[in-house]
Amino acid sequence: MTRQTRPAAGTPLSRVDGRLKVTGQAAYAAEHDAHGAVRGVAHGVIVTSTVGRGRITGIDTRAAAGQRGVLKVISHVNAPELPYRPWRGVPDPARGERLRVFQDDRVRFFGQPVAVVVAETLEIAWHAASLVRVSYDAGRPATDLASPAGEPNESENYTRGNVDQALRQAHVRLDRTYRLQREHHNPMETHATIARWDGDRLTVWDKTQIVLNTRAGLAADFGIPEASVRVISPFVGGAFGSALRCWPHVTIAALAAREVRRPVKVALTRKQMYTGTGFRPVTEYKITLGADQRGRLTATVHDIRAETSTYEDYREGLGDVGRMTHATPNVRLTYRTVPLDINTPTWMRGPGPATAAYAIESAMDELAYELGMDPIELRMRNEPDRDPSTGVPFSTRRLRECFRVGSRTVGWDRRNPRPRTNRDGNWLIGTGVAVATYHTARAAAQALARLHADGTATVQCGTSDMGPGTYTSMTQVAADAIGLQVPRVRFQLGDSSMPPSPPHGGSMTMASVGSAVQDTCDKLRRQAIALAVQDPRSPLHGTTPDDVTVANGRLHLRDNPARGETYQQLLARNNRTYLEARGGYTPGDEVERFSTHAYGAVFAQVAVDEHLGLVRVRQVHGVYDAGRIINPKLADSQAIGGMVGGIGMALLEHTITDPRDGRIVNANMADYLVPTNADIPNVSAIYLGGDDRTADPIGVKGLGEVVIVGVAPAIANAVFHATGRRVRDLPITIESLLGG
Amino acid sequence: MSAEISNDDPDVEVPEVSRRGFLSTTAAGGVAAGVLPSSLAAGRADASAGRAAPSGGQSSALSVTVNGRRHQVTVDNRTSLLDLLRERLALTGTKKGCDQGACGACTVLVDDRRVNACLTLAVRCEGAEVTTIEGLAAQDGERDGELHALQRAFIEQDAFQCGYCTPGQIMSGVACIREGHTGSREEIREWMSGNICRCGCYVKIVNAVEQAARGGRD
Repeated sequence: MTRQTRPAAGTPLSRVDGRLKVTGQAAYAAEHDAHGAVRGVAHGVIVTSTVGRGRITGIDTRAAAGQRGVLKVISHVNAPELPYRPWRGVPDPARGERLRVFQDDRVRFFGQPVAVVVAETLEIAWHAASLVRVSYDAGRPATDLASPAGEPNESENYTRGNVDQALRQAHVRLDRTYRLQREHHNPMETHATIARWDGDRLTVWDKTQIVLNTRAGLAADFGIPEASVRVISPFVGGAFGSALRCWPHVTIAALAAREVRRPVKVALTRKQMYTGTGFRPVTEYKITLGADQRGRLTATVHDIRAETSTYEDYREGLGDVGRMTHATPNVRLTYRTVPLDINTPTWMRGPGPATAAYAIESAMDELAYELGMDPIELRMRNEPDRDPSTGVPFSTRRLRECFRVGSRTVGWDRRNPRPRTNRDGNWLIGTGVAVATYHTARAAAQALARLHADGTATVQCGTSDMGPGTYTSMTQVAADAIGLQVPRVRFQLGDSSMPPSPPHGGSMTMASVGSAVQDTCDKLRRQAIALAVQDPRSPLHGTTPDDVTVANGRLHLRDNPARGETYQQLLARNNRTYLEARGGYTPGDEVERFSTHAYGAVFAQVAVDEHLGLVRVRQVHGVYDAGRIINPKLADSQAIGGMVGGIGMALLEHTITDPRDGRIVNANMADYLVPTNADIPNVSAIYLGGDDRTADPIGVKGLGEVVIVGVAPAIANAVFHATGRRVRDLPITIESLLGG
Repeated sequence: MSAEISNDDPDVEVPEVSRRGFLSTTAAGGVAAGVLPSSLAAGRADASAGRAAPSGGQSSALSVTVNGRRHQVTVDNRTSLLDLLRERLALTGTKKGCDQGACGACTVLVDDRRVNACLTLAVRCEGAEVTTIEGLAAQDGERDGELHALQRAFIEQDAFQCGYCTPGQIMSGVACIREGHTGSREEIREWMSGNICRCGCYVKIVNAVEQAARGGRD
């Protein structure tokens, strides 16, 4: 292959879509009518169930339908039977069936859509929706892990070695239970869909992290070919996993549009987001650690229970961390889900490891105190040489270096390990650490690149950018591969008519789409070089393609830069309006031959008011081994953002359900607490850098998830160090630190 | 351009007209065609097309200036300033995050004070001057399109990721600077805490406000 310098990747470029975002011109899902993409939009407002379990016995829509400007009220009473062709999307749980909208009278959870009111204006639709009277035959819902709605689902089991024997012989044995409450993503943009039918063709503007999944879901629901559905989603106002699945409101928007024969916009309210999308499930994690005198883990037992709905068995990678993070010869792991009368949980940033690391890294801290050992030293003594779960080598694992760098930065050596020894007035000061790991997922992706006669290029992939900066980082990769300056390259995404992409989640976008973009743009450059060397009128005629490189839009001999020509000259002379290449990336057997993860060492310092139990984070610092960093500026933002999410997880976030009827009592942004600016003093990150070409062709290991993992236990451990009190339930609240 | 007419006289009387009547007289207007990008103008025309009047005389005539342009509209009394901007005037830069005054995504300036547009009824804005994110960049002559110092700072500091809270953060930040609440990072944090950023860009939002307060033009 021709060698190519790659000056754009690795530089802290500002976002290419920055101007659109700071001027309010970026078009999010609910805004495409205002941007002129779709006309004559009617507004749909969803009516949701006010009982948590039961049957609908009647729906009185007369008052609503009688409002001037109301076009239609749709419920299971008058909705057409939808085909709901068997289909399971990539982000869907492996067992169960998606909720079907308005197809029967059953209520499975509080907040389930039971009707939609479509009207000329939002105000009319809202008022009319408030006039819909629904009666129920209601039962008391099961909403607590302790009293499930049915038998637990089949457990997932994993064993290696002889755990019982190892525990009997252990020098120290620790049995603990940790709990995490339900958390909602709460992206700032509420979910919204605009749907328009043109005959039997459907176009939707949707908030989604994967346009292809929405396309496939709608095609299945309406029994039409996927080719008849187009999904457009150029900007996503945050999601963190909430926009991976094709949710009921998406189908409702399309159904309503078909029924009223007009485009319809359905935007969930903030309250409806709590039951209209998903959440991180309540999880109870029982852990047993056995260790020898020198602090080496000899056995671990992980008994995990998490909530799911009655209609789907949602599972996440809760077992990953327990299997592979620390070297342990004997491991037993059981993961059960418990059906409740709730909507189905879903992927939320760092799904699985974020929860599991809280339990494991808290327990490791407790073990360090049992052994009288520094918590970092304990982890270093359990650093594996190979993946303990599979025995395969790591592609790269630089966790030791993460801790070394971090310890130096925060001055860990000066720490007095004894709890409650450091104070600042009434504030008890403590520090804690934790390990972060997240599997580097990779999946097949394709891209399309076009070099235009004016020397600019357009590159496309139907991926998404919910905030990490896909537009920018892909532009950098593309610019380098084509040999253009960044401003001359335009990367487009978020349209199902573009080449396919895996979900924009699980930290796999850069590795998968980035590799596809690089492959595609390499092909485009080689195509242009081939055209030049075969063209008798080109200064490069007859040269060897491998000796030609492209920089700043000019093809030239690497060893003789004076000999060459520009892309414009080449295309003009050959009467070409453009050159086009398609390429892609498919993961190979390296996925099995190597264990590939991103790693991090997370340090936290907190202050706890001795009398009031207030916890204030003073510092969070993360050091990450995430492979190559395509854009340090954006990666830094992503890390800080993930850590802020971790602070929320540790201290604030908790969705509260009223057990009497299954109502979520804090389904709003005033009572569901997330970090605000005042909560975030000093949060910083360092990337070790590096380049893991074993992982994928562009050497990245994924950022978005690993940066939330480990933050909650680092904070919980710091709270213990500050106060001497171990809190084993997240979030850590004032109540948990007062009394007793 | 149905939501706007060219009469700039603040004292003009708006006769009681039905929405349909109003639409029929203005739908062909296209007043903004030469002013706005055609896509926006089309969007605006579209935003009100086919609207029905609220029932029972629940509408009011409203005269409000948004980003220096006077709008005379008949609004459903239930309409929030936020929905007026987004659904009627096609100014979707102002975001709906919670519609309950808890997140700050809808922050705009009304007569130079920052307010949550979702908690402000449109009819309360009679005669008011509203500034939204779309009105922040220079709109005159040779500086046309030049970003406000805080908009530039947001880009340079990478003070956003998904961008959805960004317009609200910036409007809030502009007011925060004008109010003089930028004496320290702590003070900025405190006075910017009405605007939630779920991507967690707070450190850089403070950087940006600090940068603009220090050096940028207001």
